[in-house]
Amino acid sequence: MAEPLFTPEEQKKFDAGIAEILSHYPSDRKSAGMLPALRLLQDLKGWLPPEGLRLVAKNLEVTPERAYEVASFYVMYHLKKPGKYVIDVCTNLSCSLWGAEKMLAYLEQKLGLAAGETNDKFTLRETECLASCGTAPCLQINEDHHERLTQAKLDAILARLS
Amino acid sequence: MASTAKAVEPVISAAWGKPQSWTLDSYRSRGGYDGLKRALSMEPAAIIDEVKKSNLRGRGGAGFPTGMKWSFVPKDSPKPKYLAVNGDESEPGTFKDRYILENDPHMMLEGIAIASYALGVHTCYVYLRGEFKFQAERTQAAIDEAYKAGIFGKSLMGKEGFALDCYVVRGAGAYICGEETALLESLEGKKGWPRLKPPFPAVVGLFGSPTVVNNVETLASVPPILAKGAEWYAKLGTDKSGGTHLVCLSGSVNRPGVYEVGMHTTILELIHDDKYGQGMPKGRKVKAVIPGGSSAPVLGADELDVALEFEALKMKQTMAGSGGVIVMDDATCMVRSLWRVARFYAEESCGQCTPCREGTPWQTRLLRKIEEGRAELSDIDMLSNVASSIAPYPPIGLGNTICALGDAAALPTHSFLMRFRDEFEAHVREHRCPFGDHPWGSFGDWS
Repeated sequence: MAEPLFTPEEQKKFDAGIAEILSHYPSDRKSAGMLPALRLLQDLKGWLPPEGLRLVAKNLEVTPERAYEVASFYVMYHLKKPGKYVIDVCTNLSCSLWGAEKMLAYLEQKLGLAAGETNDKFTLRETECLASCGTAPCLQINEDHHERLTQAKLDAILARLS
Repeated sequence: MASTAKAVEPVISAAWGKPQSWTLDSYRSRGGYDGLKRALSMEPAAIIDEVKKSNLRGRGGAGFPTGMKWSFVPKDSPKPKYLAVNGDESEPGTFKDRYILENDPHMMLEGIAIASYALGVHTCYVYLRGEFKFQAERTQAAIDEAYKAGIFGKSLMGKEGFALDCYVVRGAGAYICGEETALLESLEGKKGWPRLKPPFPAVVGLFGSPTVVNNVETLASVPPILAKGAEWYAKLGTDKSGGTHLVCLSGSVNRPGVYEVGMHTTILELIHDDKYGQGMPKGRKVKAVIPGGSSAPVLGADELDVALEFEALKMKQTMAGSGGVIVMDDATCMVRSLWRVARFYAEESCGQCTPCREGTPWQTRLLRKIEEGRAELSDIDMLSNVASSIAPYPPIGLGNTICALGDAAALPTHSFLMRFRDEFEAHVREHRCPFGDHPWGSFGDWS
């Protein structure tokens, strides 16, 4: 038998989370809870496994295809298991004017990964604007934001990641 | 430049940087929720009139008069009405709403309460871009405070029978969801595909019901209008646009940041004045400025003595947009700059309309070819043709796509080619980028 998707504790959190999400929408609009429900699943599992998508769809009373359609549209949802740390580097204009291209090249070399690649520990991605243009260059590691980065600052941040 | 620019009384940013400015206690100590108190003593129609008289224009990019937008909501609709706050701040160069959410979220919440009362709205969704985790948490904490204090909930600050619920929804990393109808699709739990307009959201919006979509800064501007009066607010601005303006300064300047300025402030003052950008790094000169977020047509160095205001910028065939001023210095390659911007629109196109879906990556490929010295002169004409097939230039705002993302992708191309064509041609002639492989960041710590 396949391993269950959730531990009992995760199941509890998922059920409570879904109930809270659905309480924010009209009762005949359950499907509106799709984005927060996908985020809930990803917070629990680190990504969106297919059986998780099916479960979200069931709770929101839509087809699994609909859940997949939404999940695949947005870049923050992971349909494949990412590294433990997802590093999103902004290389848009304002950040590039403060050296973001160099920062990305440095990360690629240091992590031994090209942008878009994943190993067990890291997923490195070139991303579009993180709305931090005044404190460029910036990046996000999972959901934590880091700005005004220098090489020394970045080295210190990476050294803290186990 | 020493400080010569005329300072303005800060309206939105007055409390930024003060201890605990994001708490209800701090907000109340500054007269917070006085505007709501006054609004609740007025008829809803009178509130809308007050906002109309203030000349407040939407701060999300389009600059549409807010009071007029509110007046489009049908009063006799049997359906529930909704308010959706657009906090999907994503356009390169724009980063002002995050400062409001971080420093003074109650200002926006009071705006939500006033707007909801004026419009007969009982449910509001605050849609924040997915990456704004911290900002979402801070906004949620402020909403929790507002519920606890009886501002939100079963009765709106003691107004019996008027319930107001407010929920934060985080997006998941799609710029297109800042377009108001795509935002509504996303709120409905779908991918963010913009809808055809009309019907406009004010009539057919969220769940098919009348819905007002307002930007974070727009709503944060409403409480002071109610507290101090429309006339006071209108006088802070120009004839056609009331109030002050938050501008986001980024790129090649000594002190990037968000500054609250009067509409009379010029781009040159913003870059050089001691109160704002404090000039260019390492004695460099300004080469170009994008005045209103990455979609706004670029201006050359000789066009910068212009006020950061809707009408003045329109006269220069560009726009104030979302207030994102990006400065490029004389070491900057304009082809590489446009490539970065074009790449953004290619990544963020939702794929619904063919000219945008096909044209935006095509632009990016051509620009890369030019930047890497592999292009011929005909590729520059091809780039211009591709941009024209997405949206011709001028005029602004009449592209070939359902939403304005197509315009936003084509306008930078048209304007860069118009003003800096010689640089594009130099790339072709020299078979390389005249600025070298890594022209940027020479003044940062990465050099």
